[in-house]
Amino acid sequence: MKKLSSLLAMLLVLVFAFTGCGGSGSSDSKEAESTTGAVAESGIPETLIVGTNAEFPPFEFVNDNGDYDGFDIALMQAICDKIGCKMEVNNMEFKSLLGALQMDSIDVIAAGMTATEERKESVDFTESYYEAKQVIIVKKDSNVASFADLNDKKIGVQEGTTGDLYVTPEEDGALVEKAEIKRFKKGVDAVMDLKNGGVDAVVIDKNPAKEFVNGNDDLMIVEDDAAIENYAFAVAKGNTELAEAINNALTELKADGTYDSLIKEYINE
Amino acid sequence: MNFINHLYNIFVDGNGYLLLLKGLGVTLKVAFFACLLGILLGLIAAIMKMTEVRKGRKTIFSIIANIYIDVIRGTPTVVQLLIIYFLVFRSQASTLAGICTFGINSGAYVAEIIRAGIMAVDKGQMEAGRSLGLSYGTTMKEIIIPQAIKNILPALGNELIVLTKETAILGYVGIMDLAKASDFIISRKYVMFEPLIAIAIIYYIVVKLMTLALNAFERRLRQSDIR
Repeated sequence: MKKLSSLLAMLLVLVFAFTGCGGSGSSDSKEAESTTGAVAESGIPETLIVGTNAEFPPFEFVNDNGDYDGFDIALMQAICDKIGCKMEVNNMEFKSLLGALQMDSIDVIAAGMTATEERKESVDFTESYYEAKQVIIVKKDSNVASFADLNDKKIGVQEGTTGDLYVTPEEDGALVEKAEIKRFKKGVDAVMDLKNGGVDAVVIDKNPAKEFVNGNDDLMIVEDDAAIENYAFAVAKGNTELAEAINNALTELKADGTYDSLIKEYINE
Repeated sequence: MNFINHLYNIFVDGNGYLLLLKGLGVTLKVAFFACLLGILLGLIAAIMKMTEVRKGRKTIFSIIANIYIDVIRGTPTVVQLLIIYFLVFRSQASTLAGICTFGINSGAYVAEIIRAGIMAVDKGQMEAGRSLGLSYGTTMKEIIIPQAIKNILPALGNELIVLTKETAILGYVGIMDLAKASDFIISRKYVMFEPLIAIAIIYYIVVKLMTLALNAFERRLRQSDIR
């Protein structure tokens, strides 16, 4: 009996130790505390909950220390500092982000999300903060040179991304007429599938594509200007106050050079 | 009326319901073949493990079976799925990879269920059989196993139901199963609730039908109990 109770006590201590670590490790954004008083009155939440899918380097990823990092996260942190609120990151699957925003479990999406017309029906977007492009990753010996060449091929995509929309024949504005699509939860899984020969090509955003190709010698990127698009932050429909605050902060950050230095730091064009 | 329009928009526009039906087909196919494979593997592993009881010491077979059960039970199914699909199958034949994963996974649990069912039959039954001059194999086949099946069936049914529901992770390797079909609708219509509720209802109906079939089967087996 004595043994059992001491064992239980040890277990409890362990559990507390672990949860304690998790708590302190995840919140790296408490510097803005002094200014929060003013924010509380304006309708912008004291702690801005940022939804993201941290599988999308260099825009968002989990860095070597286990913290959320990337261009979107750093930019959002700078915006939060301007607005004067704390930031908390909520990491989830990309396709869940819009639903989560509508359910109010997050305040803003910063996930390299393209402002498409269809998405605008369910959420409001801020002004664009980055011009991106969908590219095709293929094996080096492939003869794919444009989206038109992807017809009748097997294509891997990350579920619910604009790359997915471009190659799904039934969608408006699709660039491919007929293809077999494999949808993965993560971009890296699609690339893995490509390496194994499960698909012939992967359609994904240019910057993560570069990261993936850098790590794999047998892959290359094919660009096609048909797929240029604009990233924007998304806020809940009708939350113009937050959208405006973010837009203003974004303008200021562009003016004072912070934006450019972040681009240099993370994207390095 | 508004609500019906809303549902129409989600499930009929863009052929969402067709995707759900196709997804259900994939789910049922994988679950069915994985069940068969699981029972087969489970039976083999159980027999291998039972050699230990008969000989009274560890045998090479029981050690192999123990390692199999230990490894499979000790790792998450989704990890097994990713390993089998990407590393063993090299991204080919995703549905077959799914069937193998769930079959191998289920086999470990089924092995323990079958073993437990056989061990639950009183030792005296085996002793009686042997003292009447029947061989070990015949006693097993004619006396122990028929009684063991009754012990096994409820737990086995439980395992098959868990297996069926667990196939919802097939989406990780790009297979368009039922859960993935709802993911697809979510990612196109930007609604969370309706597709999730829809597949919850479909999964429930599938499991309910399985439960009813198992109950009927069990009742049939219990007929001889009533004297």
